[in-house]
Amino acid sequence: MGDQQTVTFSKKDFVSDQDVRWCPGCGDYAILSQVQKVFPQLGVPKEKFLVVSGIGCSSRFPYYMNTFGFHSIHGRAPALATGAKIANPDLSVWVVTGDGDSMSIGGNHFIHVLRRNFDLNILLFNNQVYGLTKGQYSPTSEIGKISNSTPFGSVDYPFNPPLLALGAGGTFIARSIDREQSHLQGILKEAHKHEGTSFVEIYQNCWVFNDGAFASLTEREIKMETQLILEQGKPMVFGKNKDKGLRLKGSKLQVVQLGKKYSVDDILVHDEKNKIQGLLLSELSCDKNFPTPIGIIYQEDKPTYETMLYNQLEKAVKSKGKGNLDKLFNDSHTWKV
Amino acid sequence: MADKSKSINNVDRVVIRFTGDSGDGMQLTGNRFTEATAIMGNDLATFPDYPAEIRAPAGTLAGVSSFQIQFSSENIGTPGDELDVLVAMNPAALKTNLEDLKTSGIIIANKANYTDKNLKLSGWKLNPLEDDSLKDYRVIALDMTRLVSNAVEEMDLSIKLISRSTNMFALGLVSWMYDRTLDSTINFIKNKFAKRPELVEANIRALKAGYNYGDTIEEFQHIVTVSKAEFEPGVYRNIVGNQALCFGLIAAAEKAGLDIYFAGYPITPASDILHILSGYKNFRIKTFQAEDEIAAIMSVIGAVFCGDLGITATSGPGMALKGESLGLAVATELPLVVLNIQRTGPSTGMPTKTEQADLLQALFGRNGESPVVVLAANSPADCFSTAFEACRIALEYMIPVVVLSDAFLAHGSEPWLIPQIKNLPKIRTHLVEKANGFNPFKREEKTLARQWGIPGTKGMEHRVGGLEKDIETGDVSYDPINHEKMMYLRQQKIDIIANELPPVDPFGDKSGKVLVVGWGSSFGSIREAVNRSRKVGHTVGHVHLRHLNPFPPNLGETLLKYQNILVPEMNNGQLLLLLRGKFLIDASGLNKVQGKPLGVDEIHDKIIELIGT
Repeated sequence: MGDQQTVTFSKKDFVSDQDVRWCPGCGDYAILSQVQKVFPQLGVPKEKFLVVSGIGCSSRFPYYMNTFGFHSIHGRAPALATGAKIANPDLSVWVVTGDGDSMSIGGNHFIHVLRRNFDLNILLFNNQVYGLTKGQYSPTSEIGKISNSTPFGSVDYPFNPPLLALGAGGTFIARSIDREQSHLQGILKEAHKHEGTSFVEIYQNCWVFNDGAFASLTEREIKMETQLILEQGKPMVFGKNKDKGLRLKGSKLQVVQLGKKYSVDDILVHDEKNKIQGLLLSELSCDKNFPTPIGIIYQEDKPTYETMLYNQLEKAVKSKGKGNLDKLFNDSHTWKV
Repeated sequence: MADKSKSINNVDRVVIRFTGDSGDGMQLTGNRFTEATAIMGNDLATFPDYPAEIRAPAGTLAGVSSFQIQFSSENIGTPGDELDVLVAMNPAALKTNLEDLKTSGIIIANKANYTDKNLKLSGWKLNPLEDDSLKDYRVIALDMTRLVSNAVEEMDLSIKLISRSTNMFALGLVSWMYDRTLDSTINFIKNKFAKRPELVEANIRALKAGYNYGDTIEEFQHIVTVSKAEFEPGVYRNIVGNQALCFGLIAAAEKAGLDIYFAGYPITPASDILHILSGYKNFRIKTFQAEDEIAAIMSVIGAVFCGDLGITATSGPGMALKGESLGLAVATELPLVVLNIQRTGPSTGMPTKTEQADLLQALFGRNGESPVVVLAANSPADCFSTAFEACRIALEYMIPVVVLSDAFLAHGSEPWLIPQIKNLPKIRTHLVEKANGFNPFKREEKTLARQWGIPGTKGMEHRVGGLEKDIETGDVSYDPINHEKMMYLRQQKIDIIANELPPVDPFGDKSGKVLVVGWGSSFGSIREAVNRSRKVGHTVGHVHLRHLNPFPPNLGETLLKYQNILVPEMNNGQLLLLLRGKFLIDASGLNKVQGKPLGVDEIHDKIIELIGT
């Protein structure tokens, strides 16, 4: 990227000329705005951004970004992004997806892109419902969900996206919320910085079909009690008065009240690199008795797919010499007539 | 080396089929014989046929693997209908292949394997080598296992190793019978088993034992020779279809100045293409084994959007999975090549057996009006030119192209005239370098190709996708009239390609009783059948279509010059349907769906039948 003269961009450089057509009040607007604010701050020339999506409300995203963009087909964005990244590893590739797109029809691509660890970023707009198709429960909807396709309540257990990502070998797993603008900005920057597949689950409100799904995490009065803001190296305390924390009891996490029995020294310190802790934190997403972790849940450094592939290409050219068609065609027994 | 006291009998052509258990090494034996035959300067065509199971239960009919070769002093296009020689290493192989052996043909059998157990497994009530059930043939039944065992006597090898070397004995014997040298096989053995000298020694001894057996035993009275065939001058090598496809792709990438991005998912009989291309990393070919068929083509679309020559290969079931993605390539007008190495269907069908029943799938197997260019290769060597042509059309017209090959071409081989690299045409692309005036949907008048501006190029930021686009701006559009215009535009992009295609020029008679119209791997059989019909005085022509969508420009008028149109296909009449629908002609089909190539005889018979009516 060093060959480009540094040009300063601002948010408006990343706004495309297309009218944004999400429902008024949709959480997607807030996310779009944060992404448009963050991109100019990343030090990447504008032409090197590629935003790829599948199908769904969130997947309209590329049309609104004045970058290279591809609105592909349902669930397949990670696969398209894979080819793009292999073709040109220099690009900053962002996959925008929804819970139906990535957890259901595109589940296979989702786990495999994480496993392979391409240096790209996946933003999952999780609103726990199918919006574009008008209100069916999704693979992240809670069991018992009443929706157009489940009038008697769903009998379907949900996926826990960070846990799934962790199981798939994800190397950067984080969570943020559409309404937490500065937190989201920070996470997006960290996702970009991570060399490997960065997975960011963004809780996003669909006020038409699933309004208030994350109200307990976003309402001013209670959110301090329900959000666990993760900070590397800091004890996991939460609550309006920072008077609660997570403690490790045996192999399980426990919420404890700070004061008489426990002090902050008893509280588990967040270590992004600790996979077991990442696992325990991921588990909390579905547990009403615990706060919901927000921030970087897990992070690990390992070589990316494209780095290893390009190493092989270079090694082959070095050892065998640059491919020569004549030599290739004549590489078996030949005879002259 | 051969005993000159034996007489020499020169013939025009010979068909040999090596058959045995799938673990008997028949493919290797056939390939070695093929190389020795290529060195002799004969024209040749081969056809390997093997079960889908890697090691089906030993001795059973399901486990029989075979390799057929026809070699000739004339130009031939098929591995032959009737066998002159059937090498049957076990009774199951004899059972499944005997019907193809011509009367008085030679059977070479390894007696040691005709045990009670094997006879029972393969459904023989009595040992056919010992009763008169093979009286119409010349039977050479040898205990190859014992003969090899004698040859390696002091080497102290296990019986397993000895019986594994019997294929080399059979190869040595057949090599003597048809005057092939052993040198290339000896070199091959030395390389293959370089780390295990005892195997080198055992295999070479077995090979020579077979050769010397022919030379010394009186049962063999003469050597059969086949003169060199006449070839167009040049340098040749033997090539199998899948390899030729890969060479065509690599050559096209070089001529277009692009890198290859290839993604595939393992599927028979297309996997070789992934294997072969992944070995050529020094050509900077980026290969990707995807998690599924859909991911393979979607990643190709991503790579093509970023400026690579994108290719994926699959077979019918995978093609079905790729349908939606191929539609996206149509909608976004990106150049990519999809190779479909057809096998029998529906569903899993018979994975290792050939068929050409995916033509209509290639043309119509997507939602909406979603036309793509469709090409078909007609012989193993022709796979090279067809792959090259597919890349050329894709890049010059900014359009997806489907190439149809099949299991028969994929693994079959023939001599290939190695092209001069400098004589291959340059391929033009629509990559745009300067942002000034760039518009992703600005079209070139001649080809209607849109501009290809790739990520990383300053000032070309744009979005594409599967939603309908405004014909001028490329923005998302739900306008009804615009949608219809776009539909016509996508069709027109196909139609105008016909303008630059060479007109069809029938082989044989330019008008007359019968025009045989074929496509794909039936080329050789049709050509020989047409030759045969003409030799007996009939006016017959042959058109073999490489371009199936669009058709060549003068196809319709050509059809009108003949009284009968015959369309032989390994399907239930797919090209037939297209020709009837498009040209309103009363064409007849010859349809065979047995997982086997069409034979010369049956096509010839059908021609005669049509003329008779």
